[in-house]
Amino acid sequence: MRKVAIYGKGGIGKSTTTQNTVAGLAEMGKKVMVVGCDPKADSTRLLLGGLQQKTVLDTLREEGEEVELEDIIKEGYRNTRCTESGGPEPGVGCAGRGIITSVNLLEQLGAYDEEWDLDYVFYDVLGDVVCGGFAMPIRDGKAEEIYIVCSGEMMAMYAANNICKGILKYADAGGVRLGGLICNSRKVDNEREMIEELARRIGTQMIHFVPRDNFVQRAEINRKTVIDYDPTHGQADEYRALARKIDENEMFVIPKPLEIEELESLLIEFGIAN
Amino acid sequence: MLLRHTPKEVKAREGLTINPAKTCQPIGAMYAALGIHGCLPHSHGSQGCCSYHRSTLTRHYKEPVMAATSSFTEGASVFGGQANLLQSIETIFSVYDPDIIAVHSTCLSETIGDDLQQITKKASDDGKIPEGKYVIYASTPSFVGSHVTGYANMVTGIAEQFAKSTGEQKDQINIIAGWMEPSDMREIKRLSKELGVKIVLFPDTSDVLDAPQTGKHEFYPKGGTTIEELISVGDSKCSLALGCISAEPAAIALDKRCKVPFETVDMPIGLSATDRFIMSLSKAAGVDVPDEITDERGRLIDVMTDMEQYFYGKKVALFGDPDQLIPLTEFLLDLNMKPIHIVSGTPGQRFEKRMKEILQRIPEANFKNGLNADMFLLHQWMKNEPVDLLIGNTYGKYIARDENTPFIRFGFPILDRIGHSYFPNVGYAGSLRLIEKILGAFMDRQDREAPEEKFELVM
Repeated sequence: MRKVAIYGKGGIGKSTTTQNTVAGLAEMGKKVMVVGCDPKADSTRLLLGGLQQKTVLDTLREEGEEVELEDIIKEGYRNTRCTESGGPEPGVGCAGRGIITSVNLLEQLGAYDEEWDLDYVFYDVLGDVVCGGFAMPIRDGKAEEIYIVCSGEMMAMYAANNICKGILKYADAGGVRLGGLICNSRKVDNEREMIEELARRIGTQMIHFVPRDNFVQRAEINRKTVIDYDPTHGQADEYRALARKIDENEMFVIPKPLEIEELESLLIEFGIAN
Repeated sequence: MLLRHTPKEVKAREGLTINPAKTCQPIGAMYAALGIHGCLPHSHGSQGCCSYHRSTLTRHYKEPVMAATSSFTEGASVFGGQANLLQSIETIFSVYDPDIIAVHSTCLSETIGDDLQQITKKASDDGKIPEGKYVIYASTPSFVGSHVTGYANMVTGIAEQFAKSTGEQKDQINIIAGWMEPSDMREIKRLSKELGVKIVLFPDTSDVLDAPQTGKHEFYPKGGTTIEELISVGDSKCSLALGCISAEPAAIALDKRCKVPFETVDMPIGLSATDRFIMSLSKAAGVDVPDEITDERGRLIDVMTDMEQYFYGKKVALFGDPDQLIPLTEFLLDLNMKPIHIVSGTPGQRFEKRMKEILQRIPEANFKNGLNADMFLLHQWMKNEPVDLLIGNTYGKYIARDENTPFIRFGFPILDRIGHSYFPNVGYAGSLRLIEKILGAFMDRQDREAPEEKFELVM
């Protein structure tokens, strides 16, 4: 079982990319579980055709009740197993602690057991690594490979670099490695070259360049992944390609995060400043 | 030799505190809340915090200490403790019926960002606080400050959340008690009465934590400052804060809120500090000091001079809380003793500044507070420059035993002796008691260790 975590700046398209890629893997016949690590609990919407009704942490609200795995894991597109960590409403409590609690609960309940015959577990983690809780999926060998979704925008690259710092911290103890950057294009000038260069300097690869296409949004409005909504569309092939590259990936590295000056100079060399 | 691993050589330390000379903020908040009549302290956090804080107070006072808890579970730490606190408030008022619930936060509830002001407002908006009852709060995470600042925060909360200004001044003076024993608070009230000054003392744990045995358990003992008194402090002529760390913040809050001017004096421990307290109070109230108090002072001075030979040049190490250590150090100097090693785990620059002033005569004195100012360091200092006397709370007994140093218990907590609840350390009477204890420690040692030919009948 390969354990994969997807990180990236908020709003960059982590959930969309994750689910579309998972759909590609599922189409290849892989058995995948997706663990949404975002309090909004919308990381599995496209695979399930709607929001997960009960999150892992919802079960904590009703204490004393016996929690069954079936209550919190639903099967979605092509038998992908979907679960949402859930969390507090905005502005209260501790979402980071929530992720720790939820991942522990899933383990206790046997979500990762052999009986499920999983080829992949995907953790879709909210935003930047803001505190220890959000690093839970890369702690103690939980996720083993990380992909960072980014674009050619400065803040997305900045976040990607920051996430590398988080990975570095756990790389020694937990054995987590960076599998590559996924460029989710925002149609920034020189975007492909810039991300390829960023990946090179960090010591990794740009595993795939996902072109921007409004068709993704159309599928999303219909609560579907692109592959599910229109398997013949060109964008579906992009996600199939990404899924195949991840499946065949053999480049796993300990990242070398850049100093902020180096990151800025990269933007000047390749970016819109030209 | 229980502390045989303590090395003599003092090395710089960065990240390690050994045997800290302080404890958690909520203990102070809980103690302060018990000084309000009919108040139930409430710990907003996990159960363990509340149990530890209650049991430490119980062990010190040998009295049952009542307090409630929000009983955080894993769910509460993720979703926030609002639901727990709202439920607690409802249950407490319906089952235990206090007049006031004094909520203090803990490390956990602070870290997840629970906002006590917002939650108590919600409790009030939802009608969970019955008419005429109060819920007050203070922020007391233990990763900041110490039990002393926790006390100060709750006393400030009391001042801020009760005091009202009607615009009509009352002929009374607020005395804001720094962290002192019920016996000390009783003594402050007695001295004020002797002076003929009407005061409101808050908090006031006398008749709460030293309540008499009547054969009947009182959930809310008769002592403690009443709600009516606490509301009236906003109309008082002025406030006298006893201690710059534990009492002054409340005085400042009261000045800001109700324009009640204040003066901060040291806790009246020892001759000079008591003189200043009596003078400040008599001046604020415009009264003369009666002969009874002058006589008390005279008796203290008589003993000080009679016994001067036993005090002169004796070296002392002391540890504890800043508001006590400042006047105590001054008193030891008044007795011609040499306080040379002093630590307090409570952070704050005021301590260092005051100690520097007071200890001018003893340039070799070591003093330190805050981070790394622990009992381990004190012990090391004592190994390098031995002392004739150690003064501090019960935890000092390990050092005293290893170093064969006379030891008197003073401060918080005292877990292995009684007396502190009943006999004051403040005022002239309290100073006399301190002298008695110091002399007792010296003379007991002399009687125990003197060679036969030097064994004295008359001392």
